Amino acid sequence: MSNAYSIIVCAGLAPDPLQRLEPMDTPTGPALKNEMMLPAVLDPWAACALYEADNLAKKLPGSKVYLVSMALKTKLQQVMMVLSQKVPFELVAIDGPSNGFTDARECASELAQAIEAIPGLDKDKMLLFGGWESATRAAGATMQILGEKLGVVDQFQGVDKIEIEPSGAIKLWERVEGGKQQVSLCESAPVMVGWATGELPEPPNNPQVGMANMRTVMPALQKAKSAAASSSALKFKGVTLPAQVRETRIEKDMPVEAIAQELVTWIRGN
Amino acid sequence: MEKASLTEAALAAKNVKAGETSSDDYSLPTLPSDDIRQIMWRYSDRYDFQMMVQSARSVARGLVANLVAQGQRNTHEWTEEKNTLLKAFDESGITSMYMNMEHGGFIPGPKNVVLALVAFELAWVDGGAATCCLATNLGLSPIAACGTQEQKDHYMSLAAAKPAGDTRPHWRAAFNLTEPLPYVGVETGMLNGKIRIVEWEKGKEPIIQVEKRGRFITNMDFAKFVTAAVDSADEKIKGSCMVIIQEDDPGVFDRGAVTKKMVHQLSSTRDPIFSMRVPASRIIGGYKVVDGVIIPNWSHSDILENVFRRTRVPVGIMTSAKLLSAVEPIIRYQRTRFRGAESINPGSPRYELGIQLKEDSQHRLIDVWSFGEAGASLGFWTERVLDDFDAVEEAKNEYFKSQGIDTARAQMRAMAAVEKEASELVNLEVMGQKDSPRYSELKENILVNFVAYDALLNVLCPAVKLWNTSTGATMLREAVSLMGGYGITEDCPGFLMQKWIDAQLEATYEGPESVQRRHLAATMTNEVFLATVKTWVKEMRVIANQRPGTGACALGTAMQLWLETINYVKTAKDADGSKMYSGTRQGVSFPLADALCWLLAARALILDTIELEEKGGANPNIASGLEGYTRFYTDMCHVLAARATGESARLCADIVYGYRRHPAWDSTTPACCYSIGDLDALDSLIPGIGSTASACTDVSEDGKHPIKAGPCANCEGIEKITVLRAKLDRCTTGSRLAKDRAAVALTKVMIPEALDYPK
Repeated sequence: MSNAYSIIVCAGLAPDPLQRLEPMDTPTGPALKNEMMLPAVLDPWAACALYEADNLAKKLPGSKVYLVSMALKTKLQQVMMVLSQKVPFELVAIDGPSNGFTDARECASELAQAIEAIPGLDKDKMLLFGGWESATRAAGATMQILGEKLGVVDQFQGVDKIEIEPSGAIKLWERVEGGKQQVSLCESAPVMVGWATGELPEPPNNPQVGMANMRTVMPALQKAKSAAASSSALKFKGVTLPAQVRETRIEKDMPVEAIAQELVTWIRGN
Repeated sequence: MEKASLTEAALAAKNVKAGETSSDDYSLPTLPSDDIRQIMWRYSDRYDFQMMVQSARSVARGLVANLVAQGQRNTHEWTEEKNTLLKAFDESGITSMYMNMEHGGFIPGPKNVVLALVAFELAWVDGGAATCCLATNLGLSPIAACGTQEQKDHYMSLAAAKPAGDTRPHWRAAFNLTEPLPYVGVETGMLNGKIRIVEWEKGKEPIIQVEKRGRFITNMDFAKFVTAAVDSADEKIKGSCMVIIQEDDPGVFDRGAVTKKMVHQLSSTRDPIFSMRVPASRIIGGYKVVDGVIIPNWSHSDILENVFRRTRVPVGIMTSAKLLSAVEPIIRYQRTRFRGAESINPGSPRYELGIQLKEDSQHRLIDVWSFGEAGASLGFWTERVLDDFDAVEEAKNEYFKSQGIDTARAQMRAMAAVEKEASELVNLEVMGQKDSPRYSELKENILVNFVAYDALLNVLCPAVKLWNTSTGATMLREAVSLMGGYGITEDCPGFLMQKWIDAQLEATYEGPESVQRRHLAATMTNEVFLATVKTWVKEMRVIANQRPGTGACALGTAMQLWLETINYVKTAKDADGSKMYSGTRQGVSFPLADALCWLLAARALILDTIELEEKGGANPNIASGLEGYTRFYTDMCHVLAARATGESARLCADIVYGYRRHPAWDSTTPACCYSIGDLDALDSLIPGIGSTASACTDVSEDGKHPIKAGPCANCEGIEKITVLRAKLDRCTTGSRLAKDRAAVALTKVMIPEALDYPK
């Protein structure tokens, strides 16, 4: 039995985590001050899903990774300059809002339509990946709704690890309470996987991969379908920043043990 | 929802009541984003360049920043930790970006702009890391520019980063020109490195002995091969050349002692010694044998001219990158300066804006910022011209080859013959007449096109190196001082102290300031270039008419003043009767070179700002904030234009007046002033002259004169310059208001929560 899959990673964008986010009201609903001008990144949870998808595709010959993303295409293009150098994928772009105030149901509809339109997609061999959480505003519902719209009823959230057995059965490790994981065995695809952080680091940039990706990314951006105008009844009564004091410090490549030790010291100190 | 406190505090800083707004007010939303840079520096349509920027940024703000933060700059030695830089360069594509596709590269076409973008990103964090990256390319440059096809194919392929899994050793290059003390900075015509023939069997390749000692040679800890400048010590070899020396050649390949430099410690520098035998095929560019004498196809100075024209430009851009990198940490420091003090409450102006409440801190930061922007604009303009020039130069070489014009003298003659047409081409281009048939006709003429480019680049390349690094070093000191005592500590975010001291090396290597000035002195009086400046004067007038806030008016006048000064010194003699403009009169030519550089930088920033204004609206990412960005940049243009034209005019005036003897109260005095008796006699013809003349000139009375050094100096023969200078002062009207506006914008601009690299 062939173990080649179409691994579809759904990913939105989020403002660069170092930026100050100031919510503000606009005639069309809440937004972030200067959001268009702030640098953006691929939503970190979805980025973990993408790296896991790449890892899985490398182990399963014939598999292909699609990145389906809804965002303003100029913003998406900006993010692609970094992301395209990480792992090989084919971009399916939807030109639409991606600011954390988008209705999860509408977003899921747009994603579903785009996925349905992928030429030659065999849904029985589809692994639908995305983030369990989001750095923009964690409604936590988009992937679930998307899965249902595509008829994917086997859904797993907070996944840290996935393995495909020779039989085609899919083994998944989901986070549960108390720092434990629940291990499930799913008979076959399709499945929806909402990734937690996964187990893989961010891959280093590879310009050769980047150049190969960009040959398909730029045309994909050019023909990106515009998302339908919002008909959502969703209304926000108010949007505020969390009350906590935010003190940011930049540490790159700090070992996990050192981070843990610092947290322990901080907790004990309080 | 949006906090109003920052705006209110900013207004308080300008003594404007909340609620009152001036029509001059605008908002600078954020610090300039990649989208803005891509438009200003014209690479919006090059995704391969954009990817390289992201790649280099990732290395710079990750590994490089960590190395600096860990104290790796505190040792001269090339440590294991520093060596990780090379792997990062390879993996991120930085190493291979310089190569052509057939040699393992991945970016098609000319590489000048992309190389500069990468240097910009690396220098944003550490200049030494940028030098480490550029030095490999510098070592390869003689081969890339002048090497034989075999040399190019062999060495460029070896130097490209190997694909994953390829375990063959990676060959890195070093460039060896400079020689040991007391000849640290060798003249291009004076070399102590020598070659001589040691074996030459009939029908076989001659074997040559290379003796070369290097000083300040970058990459020497890991270079596998070296391109070295040498002179002949053998009557059977004619002149100088450059040769390729490999680590595994027979003889001594001594990497030498570590250079104890106090800057750029993330690049490897040693003083190597070579005594090796190599085949004559290692002479870069090949050779021919005439009457039993080896004649290299390229002398070392020909190669250097070709190489340095391109490689010194990114160095200037590096210093500008460091200035721009200082803006964010300084704003953050200024705003948070008083936070934590008992009496400073959140929401109060002092809490929100800190030192930014003080006008001087804002104004000085605007100066730092505008110098960084102008330097970058000047640098990337030059790189774009170089990218275009690559093909133009190749076409010219092919043309000479096809026409059999092979001696330097014949080539010079051919180029001199088309100077007039080249000036015409420049005029049509700058004045926007590219659609005219005459423009097409001239543009298609290979030599005319080449001469126009050549004249421009002969000025632009040394100007970038000179202006960016010399003024940049001074402004980096200003940046450090804006951080107060924090600035000179290791805790200072942004490594500003290191960036300042590094700038001294950037002003020195690849030709110190005096070399750049000498180059400019020789090239800025080229008739084609002078014609170019004349078209810029017209161009600035047109811009000033459409965008009066840019300072283009002042710049146009300053360019006129500079042209008039050049015209004057070319024919004038000083008070002692000596020619004012000559190769040895550096007291005249060097300041005028400096004066020109200021104007070039100011022009470049104005043109980039116009590009942003015209193209920014098409980019949805910045469209909503475009007005704020363009108004801020326009004000910075005005500020910089006022400073640049002031400096340029001062230097011009210094030369024009400084070499004229001041009149004295001696026997020549009567010729210089009126006597009261003469004026009284004239009073009947010109009523009032006797009583009012002393307000305009010197009047002697009973043989006595006013108490001062001498009679007022006249301006005979320089009237036009005097008028232009006075006009220029008036042209700077409004520049301080522009600075005030830009300063207020600084107090409102949104900055990230923290710097994106460690300290």
